[in-house]
Amino acid sequence: MTSKYWLFVFLVLASVSVLALAAQKSDAPVTASTTKTFVAAKRSLKQQDEGQRVFQQNCSRCHASPEGFSPRISGTIVRHMRVRASLSQHEEEALLHFFNP
Amino acid sequence: MSHMTSNSKSRSSARSIICLVFAMGVFATAHSGFAQQTPLISGGAGLLTDTNNGNTTYYPIIEPLLAAPIGKKVLVESRAALLESFSPKGAGQAGYDHSHFIGLTFLQGDYLATPNLTFVGGEFLIPFNTYNERLTPIWIGNYQDAPLIFPLGLLSSSSGLGGVVRGNAISRNRYSINYNYFYSTRSGTEQFTSHRGTGGRVGLYLPEQRLEAGFSFDRLLQGTHENFYGAHVWWEPKDTAFRLRSEFGRGQHAEGYWVEADYRTLAFGGLDSIIGRIEPVLRIQQTFRLDTIVSDGLPPANTQRVDLGLDYNSPHNIRILTSYSRQFSSTGNHNVWETGIVYHFLFPAWKGKE
Repeated sequence: MTSKYWLFVFLVLASVSVLALAAQKSDAPVTASTTKTFVAAKRSLKQQDEGQRVFQQNCSRCHASPEGFSPRISGTIVRHMRVRASLSQHEEEALLHFFNP
Repeated sequence: MSHMTSNSKSRSSARSIICLVFAMGVFATAHSGFAQQTPLISGGAGLLTDTNNGNTTYYPIIEPLLAAPIGKKVLVESRAALLESFSPKGAGQAGYDHSHFIGLTFLQGDYLATPNLTFVGGEFLIPFNTYNERLTPIWIGNYQDAPLIFPLGLLSSSSGLGGVVRGNAISRNRYSINYNYFYSTRSGTEQFTSHRGTGGRVGLYLPEQRLEAGFSFDRLLQGTHENFYGAHVWWEPKDTAFRLRSEFGRGQHAEGYWVEADYRTLAFGGLDSIIGRIEPVLRIQQTFRLDTIVSDGLPPANTQRVDLGLDYNSPHNIRILTSYSRQFSSTGNHNVWETGIVYHFLFPAWKGKE
């Protein structure tokens, strides 16, 4: 009876351990992925904000924003603005991200 | 239209078309290495009118702008003006006389050397004060007329042939400093007329205050060498649609200033509401003659002028510009009425990679 009892306890503990290990293994990538996604989203939002700031502080001082344009020319527009408005490379990148979030 | 009529470039349309075709050829060789870098065609098309002493002149105009990136560091860009003007025949005759103008405003190649330094070569807009580089496109300016002091510092042609170094020297969250320095050579080529001269501009911008101040200087290095000085202040208070722009210019024989304010209200549904699209504009300007030599394009006598404008920013990139100006001078006072409609276009030059 005692040995059966200890065998039962051992099996339960083993099962729980295996399940816990399995759960840990399957949880690990999900947690890392979620963190990465969160960080990327946060960075993206920050760049978006900065791009909007660059647009408001540099482009819209002279002209209104054109009502929509093809994303195919957004890089060309940004490069033109970099020269015309004396933007730094960092501001150019932020502006490009603002046009193509 | 003074910035156009004061332009001393030749009006040879044949050569202009050759230059435009050449420019198009350059753009056609551009390869877009990135999906977002397809060459573009932008610009404005409009019909402008001005009524001076009861005579109305009509100006159909197209100002195309082409920009083509080449690789990661080069941009080739050009702007042209194609203008026809219809003005009443004088001496009591019926009907209209007309003349046309086709010319390149600039054709330049830009090389982004470092994050803070860009080299520009070719025919470029002279970076003296702000109006020439920022506000001359018809789809940007609030008035058809350039300010009276516009010719000061532009070396008679508003564009130079040579090179510019420019960029953003320091860029911080609280301030940034931009600079440029140019050298222009003398050229009598029909589409690239320029004068020998050199100069530059430095500007300080405070993003939190939305305040910009700058200083310009240049020197004409041919004929009678002359110096020109300029200063500008721009201010756009945050979270408003109010803009204040001003410039001061001084040459060897005259000086002057202009101050322009425009406003769009956010109170009735934002800028895209019917009320929000209305834009009242006010510009005050004065010029002062320092001696009797009139070689700089400014009025021959001290002049005061007030321009009252009312613009409407329609949907689909259309602007309606109207203004009334009263000019006071010892040579005579007069009124100028101006109206115009301008369409701003912007599209890829061809179908690029998706």
